[in-house]
Amino acid sequence: MKKYKWLVPTIYILFLMLPIYWLINMSFKTTTEIINTYSLWPREFTTENYVKIFTDSTWYMGYVNSITYTVFNTIISVSAALPAAYAFSRYKFVGDKHLFFWLLTNRMAPPAVFALPFFQFYSSVNLFDTHIAVALSHCLFNIPLAVWILEGFMSSVPKELDETAYVDGYSFGRFFFKIFIPTIAAGIGITMFFCFMFSWVELLLAKTLTATVAKPIAATMTRTASTSGYELGLLAAAGSLTIIPGAIVIYFVRNYIAKGFAMGRV
Amino acid sequence: MNKTINQKAWYFVIPVFVLVAFNAAVPLMTVVNYSFQETFGNNVFTWEGTRWFKQILQSDRFHAALGRQAMFTSIILLIQIPLGIGIALTMPKKGWGVPVCLILMSMPLLIPWNVVGAMWNIFALPDIGFLGHTLNAIGFDYNFTQQPGDAWFTTILMDVWHWTSLVVLLSYAGLNSIQPAYYQAAEIDGASRWAIFRYIELPKMKKVLTLAILLRFMDSFMIYTEPFVLTGGGPGNTTAFLSIDLVKMALGQFDLGPAAAMSLIYFFIVLLLCWVFYSLMMRNEEKS
Repeated sequence: MKKYKWLVPTIYILFLMLPIYWLINMSFKTTTEIINTYSLWPREFTTENYVKIFTDSTWYMGYVNSITYTVFNTIISVSAALPAAYAFSRYKFVGDKHLFFWLLTNRMAPPAVFALPFFQFYSSVNLFDTHIAVALSHCLFNIPLAVWILEGFMSSVPKELDETAYVDGYSFGRFFFKIFIPTIAAGIGITMFFCFMFSWVELLLAKTLTATVAKPIAATMTRTASTSGYELGLLAAAGSLTIIPGAIVIYFVRNYIAKGFAMGRV
Repeated sequence: MNKTINQKAWYFVIPVFVLVAFNAAVPLMTVVNYSFQETFGNNVFTWEGTRWFKQILQSDRFHAALGRQAMFTSIILLIQIPLGIGIALTMPKKGWGVPVCLILMSMPLLIPWNVVGAMWNIFALPDIGFLGHTLNAIGFDYNFTQQPGDAWFTTILMDVWHWTSLVVLLSYAGLNSIQPAYYQAAEIDGASRWAIFRYIELPKMKKVLTLAILLRFMDSFMIYTEPFVLTGGGPGNTTAFLSIDLVKMALGQFDLGPAAAMSLIYFFIVLLLCWVFYSLMMRNEEKS
């Protein structure tokens, strides 16, 4: 039985790759070929769809916008969550448990509930259609998650570390940045990965809060689809390209995923 | 861990508190505001009391959507959690296989949700999609845009494809944290494979699994974009889960009052269930 163990992950990965292959396959076809023939690989191989995306600014700016607010959000979420998670993992204070649960409830709020009020709210504070608006709105679900994950990592670091550092004459700031943060670097990596991931993939709020200037790529895709008919080839190419930033991020945190998770929530 | 009592810790929490409250409080109050009023546009509102709440709670449409949602979430959890654990158990523990598995398995998690929907749409189309074409070629009468059963099958398969990896990654991390000494002890005692899983691996994975269940529960209960792009809630209303139904009501028909009331009821249900999960989890933690 042990001999065939590798079969399970292999079959699972094949299952994961199939729809992705299909999307990439379509992205190299012309729309007429997609509609008229069924084929496992492109018969008339074309890169026209990709050329269109990289030359048309309404398309490629979509990627720039998405990456911009995602990076903003990751930085805001993690830097705000770091001190908070430290407080939750080290100290007892009035209302700590309630506050922690309240934070988590925001992770539970269905974005569909908030879409319309968010639009009105961000319009009224003049942030509508800016990258920062999307980045801030994504804090609603990313900060609670970041606090939760970081708290787990920090709790696994023994408190003696803090105490020894103070005895050695470290100030809090120096201890926090010079000793504590390097100790939980893996945890921070994982947290950033999750923040990036949830901000990158979210569409409902990003679409609601933007019009033209900060329009995310995912919204560009839906709007183009409705105005100029279904250009399946172009849509497939745009979709294939959205996989790349995620793949790059995974590549960078791949070592942290294995090691990091393990020391974190267990 | 022994925590020191220190009220100054609040200073550390303030940034998080402000950022989240900024996003949560004002929009939530707007929803509460709408839920008690009727509007015909032009910012004219009339007080309606609890009428919308009563209307929603008694409406067949809400009950049907809630039923579909509960069914979907249960199926998702029943498939993804055992499957995720199973795959994590068979994953390589060292060597080149580890990064390959981790990278490839994380891919679906980082694809924007509407792309996932669109991808599965073209993958499952009966005429030009691989899945639809293959199923029809081997004799199934498959068409997810026409038949409710097929639409459900496709939506569930899509979600399994999309999210099982999260359970795998978390379980794998839990498994990796088990020290070899435990396995050696089990071997000396002559424990069966099942006993190792039941008494060593499962308890060690408890924390990550709770996280996985909680995340999967919340996200599947709030699912919107993927089924919206894949099936649009159809055929008919058969895959219109709570969020889809809600957005239809709020933006499609512009029934702000009932939609707001429904939002609050919806939010309350998620909150209640999560609170139950969370309390159970915390109680377990205190015990151990």
